[in-house]
Amino acid sequence: MALLSMEKVSFSYDKKIDAVKNVSLTVDEGEYVAIIGHNGSGKSTLAKLFNGLCKPDSGEVVVDGFSCKDKKSLFEIRKRVGVVFQNPDNQMVASIVEDDIAFGPENLGVKREEIGERIQFALASVGMEEFRKSSPARLSGGQKQRIAIAGVLAIKPKILVLDESTAMLDPQGRKEVLEVVERLNKEQKTTLINITHYMDEVVRADKVYVVNDGEIVLSGTPKEIFAKRELLEECGLELPVSSKIAQKLIELGVNLPDGILTKEQLAEELCVLKQKI
Amino acid sequence: MKDVTFGQFFPAQSFVHKLDARIKILLSIAFMVAVFMVQAFQFMGFVACLLFVLVVTALAKVPFGKVLRSIKGILFFIVFSAVLQLLFNKNGTTLWHWKFITITDKGLLNAGFIICKITLVVLGASLLTLTTSPVDIADGIESLMYPLKWIKFPVHEFALIMSIALRFIPTLLDETDRIIKAQKARGANFESGNVFKRAKALVPVLIPLLISAFRRAEELADAMDARCYSGSKNRTKYKKMRLTWRDAIATLVVGGLITGVVFLNITGFLAVVL
Repeated sequence: MALLSMEKVSFSYDKKIDAVKNVSLTVDEGEYVAIIGHNGSGKSTLAKLFNGLCKPDSGEVVVDGFSCKDKKSLFEIRKRVGVVFQNPDNQMVASIVEDDIAFGPENLGVKREEIGERIQFALASVGMEEFRKSSPARLSGGQKQRIAIAGVLAIKPKILVLDESTAMLDPQGRKEVLEVVERLNKEQKTTLINITHYMDEVVRADKVYVVNDGEIVLSGTPKEIFAKRELLEECGLELPVSSKIAQKLIELGVNLPDGILTKEQLAEELCVLKQKI
Repeated sequence: MKDVTFGQFFPAQSFVHKLDARIKILLSIAFMVAVFMVQAFQFMGFVACLLFVLVVTALAKVPFGKVLRSIKGILFFIVFSAVLQLLFNKNGTTLWHWKFITITDKGLLNAGFIICKITLVVLGASLLTLTTSPVDIADGIESLMYPLKWIKFPVHEFALIMSIALRFIPTLLDETDRIIKAQKARGANFESGNVFKRAKALVPVLIPLLISAFRRAEELADAMDARCYSGSKNRTKYKKMRLTWRDAIATLVVGGLITGVVFLNITGFLAVVL
C-alpha cells in the first residue's frame, strides 16, 4: 500500500473556485516525488492537504493508514508528514536554534533526554551542528531553511514535504537545501515530496506530477515529462536550459538521444557525438 | 539595523552572567526592596547599596558607563521627584525663601534621598537586563510564574507569546528598515518637518508593516500546526534551568545586604529613641 494516497480530492477556499480539483496521486515509501506547477496552480494547497491543514471538500487523503476524514487521526498524520514552508523566517518560534528544533518534539511529549538526541540528529542531518546555540536572525536564507528542515526532521516524519521551500532563496541557498533533502532521501530513505516551480529541481525525482489550475495534467518520470514540451509550456512551465538546448539541436537535425535532462548529460552526449565525427 | 540587539544585553563570561535567570530576577527585586527599606538619614544604607552595585558591575565585567547610561532615560523623572520634594516639604528650618517658594533643610535632604533611591533602583534593574539575555529573562519569568497554573493562568501560552515576540523583533526591525528604504526611494521624507509632519510620514511605514505582520502570523500559525502544536496538553519542556553554587552565593550576598539595611534601620531607630 502506498504511504500517502489522495483519492479524487477537491478543495476550495471560498466554496466558489476549486483550488484543487479531483486530484488522485500516490506516494510510496522512500520515493522522491516532485510536484510542479506555476504560481497559483494549487500546488501549495496540496501540501496543506497532505498534512491536514486543509480538509478536502470531497475525496480522501490517507497517510500510513490514517484518513484525514477522522478528526482524531489529524495528530497522527502531522506526525508522519512534515511540511517545510516557503519563508524560513515565518516558521521559527524561538530565538535560539536548539530551542526552535525542540518545539516539535516538545509538542509530541518526547522525553527531555531524547529531545536532546533528536536535536543532535536533526542538526547533523542538515549539516548545521555548529549552529546549535546560534540565533536564527544571524543565519543566511539557506541556513535558516536548513534549520527549518531540522525542526521538521526532529519530529521524525515519514514524509518530508517541501512547499516551495527554495523559492525565496538565492542560488547558493537553493543548492544547499536541495543537496540536504536529496541526501536524506537517498541515505535515510526519507520519502520526499518537493513542491516547486523550478523545472531543474525535478530532474532527479522518481516521479513527477505537473499541476495546472488545480488539476494534475501530467505524471510520469522526469524523462517522460520533459518530452512533452508543448504541454508544459501551456502550463506556464519552461524546460531546464540543457533540455531546451538538446531539443533545439534535435530539431535542427543533430543526432542526439531523447530525454537529456542535466547539463552533465548534455556534455556527455555532445562529446560522444564529437568522437563519432 | 541587523545588529540591533533588543534591550541592552551585554554578553560576557562572568559570575553574574552565569547566575540562574530566576535567581537574578528575584534578587533584583530583593535589591530594590532593600533600597526602599533604607530609612531617611541612614546614609550608610545607601553606601552599602551603592557598593553592592559597584561590586556586581565589576564582577559582571560590564563597563560602568553602560550601567550609568540607563539613568539617562529616566533623568527627567528623577529631577521631577527631587524638585517636588524640594518645593513642597515645609518641615525643618527654612534655608531660602522667595515669594511662595520655601526651601527647607529637610526638603533638601529628602530630595537627595529620592535621587539616591531612584538611581539605585534603576541601576539594579539595568544590571539585570545587562547581564541576562531577553530569552533567559523570558524563560525565568515563565518558570517563576509556574505556580500561577494553580489559578488556571495560561503560563505556557503566555511564555510562548513572549518567546515568539522576542523571536520576531529582529525580523520586524529588518522589515521596517526595508519598508523605510522603499518609501524613501519613492520620495517619502522622514527627516524634515515638525513632530506632527514626521509622525504622519510614518503612516506609510506602519501600514505595510502591520499587514506583513499579520501575514507572518498566519504563516507561523500554519507552521506551528504542521509541527504538531496542540496547546500545552501533554507537552514536555526541553529547556531546564539548574541552580548552581553561584546562585547560593549570590543569594547569601543579597540576603546579607538586606540584613545590613534592616540592622542599620533598627540601630538608627534605637539611637533616636534612647
